[in-house]
Amino acid sequence: MSVIQVQRKPLTFAERTYLPQVFGGLMITLRHFFGRRVTLEYPEQRPEIAPGYRGVPTLVKDPNGREKCVSCQLCEFVCPPKAIRITPGEISGDGPSAHVEKAPREFEINMLRCIYCGLCQEVCPEEAIFLQNVYSVSGYSRDELVNDKEKLYQLGGTLPDRHFKWDKKQAAASASPIAHP
Amino acid sequence: MIDFLTNLPPVVLGLLKGLAVICVIFPIAGACSMAERKVSAWLQGRYGPNRVIVPWFAWMPFVGRGLQRLGVFNLLADGGKLLFKQDPLPGHVNKFYFMIAPAVAIIPAFTTVVVVPFGAYFDQAGQVVPLMLANVDVGLLAVFAIASLGIYSMILAGWASNSKYSFLGSVRASAQLVSYELSLTLSVLPVFLWVNAPGTVGSLSLARVVEFQSQPGFWGGTWFIFLMPVSAFVFLVALFAETNRLPFDMIESEADLVGGFHTEYGSFKWSLFFVAEYAHMTVGSGVFVLLFFGGWNPLPWLPIGTLFGWLGLVQSAGHVSYAIAIAQGVLSIAIFLAKVLFMIFFFMWVRWTVPRFRYDQVMRIGWRRLLPLALVNVVVYALLIAVIQK
Repeated sequence: MSVIQVQRKPLTFAERTYLPQVFGGLMITLRHFFGRRVTLEYPEQRPEIAPGYRGVPTLVKDPNGREKCVSCQLCEFVCPPKAIRITPGEISGDGPSAHVEKAPREFEINMLRCIYCGLCQEVCPEEAIFLQNVYSVSGYSRDELVNDKEKLYQLGGTLPDRHFKWDKKQAAASASPIAHP
Repeated sequence: MIDFLTNLPPVVLGLLKGLAVICVIFPIAGACSMAERKVSAWLQGRYGPNRVIVPWFAWMPFVGRGLQRLGVFNLLADGGKLLFKQDPLPGHVNKFYFMIAPAVAIIPAFTTVVVVPFGAYFDQAGQVVPLMLANVDVGLLAVFAIASLGIYSMILAGWASNSKYSFLGSVRASAQLVSYELSLTLSVLPVFLWVNAPGTVGSLSLARVVEFQSQPGFWGGTWFIFLMPVSAFVFLVALFAETNRLPFDMIESEADLVGGFHTEYGSFKWSLFFVAEYAHMTVGSGVFVLLFFGGWNPLPWLPIGTLFGWLGLVQSAGHVSYAIAIAQGVLSIAIFLAKVLFMIFFFMWVRWTVPRFRYDQVMRIGWRRLLPLALVNVVVYALLIAVIQK
């Protein structure tokens, strides 16, 4: 392809005085002076959070109200700043889903370490951890900024679920006499 | 009350008047810093400061909310902060000159107002009496002479700070002010050539210029902005440079010099520099309005005397009414102040429109464009005036 040489037009006298440009600029700023304000007055007006936003990581429950996390600790291992700490535990024997899977006894995410990378959400095989739309984190002490299990479930709430893995697991367990002594 | 005031010794009366003027100029200069924040916000599509409120005003239904949104109380918050925060005195500065530089900045800024008239009333003989602290014949010359003393504070501050940024800022400032002072002075020459017709007593008084613009008839009532647009333009551009406002903000140029001459300053000393800058702006706008925008005359070809006539504010013969004189004075001051405030708004408007010139561009504009333009302007108008006035 051939190169097209574009002639640079010499400035006219009016342009060289710079005054028409200044005047045009003044008109532009005046238009903004009377125009719409674009400021979002934050505490009263909140920004709209787009889907896919990576906010504070939270733990979610399935629509039946069961916790989905099985404390496999993949998120703890993958977490680049080592913000997650999981203490695995058993589900107590009298629950409806007892002996089917494990559950975390304690699940802590240190928000002072978290970098909101979303790797925990990506790695989770149970779709139990999600970065949702909470973006404002504050506290008076370092301890306050470590989200424990209760806080994480409170922030996470319930998300729609397509798999109902717990129900399948339980059905399979009750069908097989070996797995459920 | 009035008799008591007029019978005071002249020195006491002068002091009282001076204090009254300072009490107006200082808040205006302070409020300008707030206005700058609000105007810059509005020009950029923002709201600007609108949160601070004093409890007693918060209890008032609509007024308090309006004042809060206007950011009026931010002025108090800003002033209080600057007054009470720690005043740093860096170890490497020349302490004496470092301390006196802000005072040297603010004294000439407030002194210039002495010869600037800000209103007028008619005495019973129908003569215009300008409201000013000293109606002296040197007038404008005194403004130029004293205002240019302000540069010493910047040189002092820059040199005493013992820092390369401050020093570069003050060097630029002195070069810039010297360059533009020539154009500034030359641009007003045609005005005074025209005002001081041959055969009359010569005067550089600013009140005289306003009187000249409030004569009856088409040519008498024409403001000088229409008669001498080039003079007005050169004066305005040089005024921007003299008051160190953008686009001639060489002295501060925070993009390349941190903060220019006030890099090492903080808290109240720093704010004094700003009050001085705004005071220069106020007085400079005042002089511009007096010279080219008809001073306290409300509209071109509409002298304030006619307006007083319409409003019935005329002194009847043989009887002095102080109420009428005060009403005339207040009205003329209000008109004048409105024009000055519009000029200050214009300063801010330009600041957020035109980017800062490079230093060599500032020098080139000053010496190779503005100065020849001012010289040609003087020569052309001198010839014209010689032909017209014989």
